[in-house]
Amino acid sequence: MADFDLELDASGLNCPLPILRAKKSLSGLAAGQVLHIIATDPGSVKDFEAFAKQTGNELMESKEEGGKFHFLIKKA
Amino acid sequence: MEQKKLAIIATKGSLDWAYPPFILASTASALGYDTEIFFTFYGLQLLKKRLSLEVTPLGNPGMPMPMGMDKWFPVALTALPGMQSMMTYMMKKKMADKGVAGLEELRELCQEAEVRLIACQMTVDLFDMSPSDFIDGIEFAGAARFFEFAGESDICLYI
Repeated sequence: MADFDLELDASGLNCPLPILRAKKSLSGLAAGQVLHIIATDPGSVKDFEAFAKQTGNELMESKEEGGKFHFLIKKA
Repeated sequence: MEQKKLAIIATKGSLDWAYPPFILASTASALGYDTEIFFTFYGLQLLKKRLSLEVTPLGNPGMPMPMGMDKWFPVALTALPGMQSMMTYMMKKKMADKGVAGLEELRELCQEAEVRLIACQMTVDLFDMSPSDFIDGIEFAGAARFFEFAGESDICLYI
């Protein structure tokens, strides 16, 4: 997994909390900085794709590892 | 790109139906939507300072119940005293176990995200409710106020 500037552990949280927490974390970052999100909600895979598409922030990586979902989002 | 707009009318005051307006509004604002919810009739319960919302199995054949009760438990018995509080307790416990947000938390997230919450003035008067029963930061207005925003909206939902 590439470098990131901030990590958000949204494990155990269900829709829509991972997205809402991610949005909040991103607002504290500068453009170009990267947020690493960890989630356990299977719905978050499609949700973060949709979030990135609609907000213009880039989803750099999305993968499952050890039963958890990991996302890297670069702030636009 | 111009900001998209979401307008919601929330009309129901039970625990289960309280979720869709707040989930959709908070998510929409995270996606950059300008969002408004107009609360009318039983939906006004969602703006009360103290939320005491319940869920009922009565007359709801789609509600899953423990031990497959929804398949064999006689409908008439769902009207028994205590059934509603028991189902409410079980629903709240299930939601907490599954990491579903509490309603107060979702409502706060909506307010933080500047979702505008509007209470229907007519229903407030109809049910003799007092403005002090409601949380701070909401607006009291009528149907014309709703259309001012809804008429310009991209998505308009009646819940």
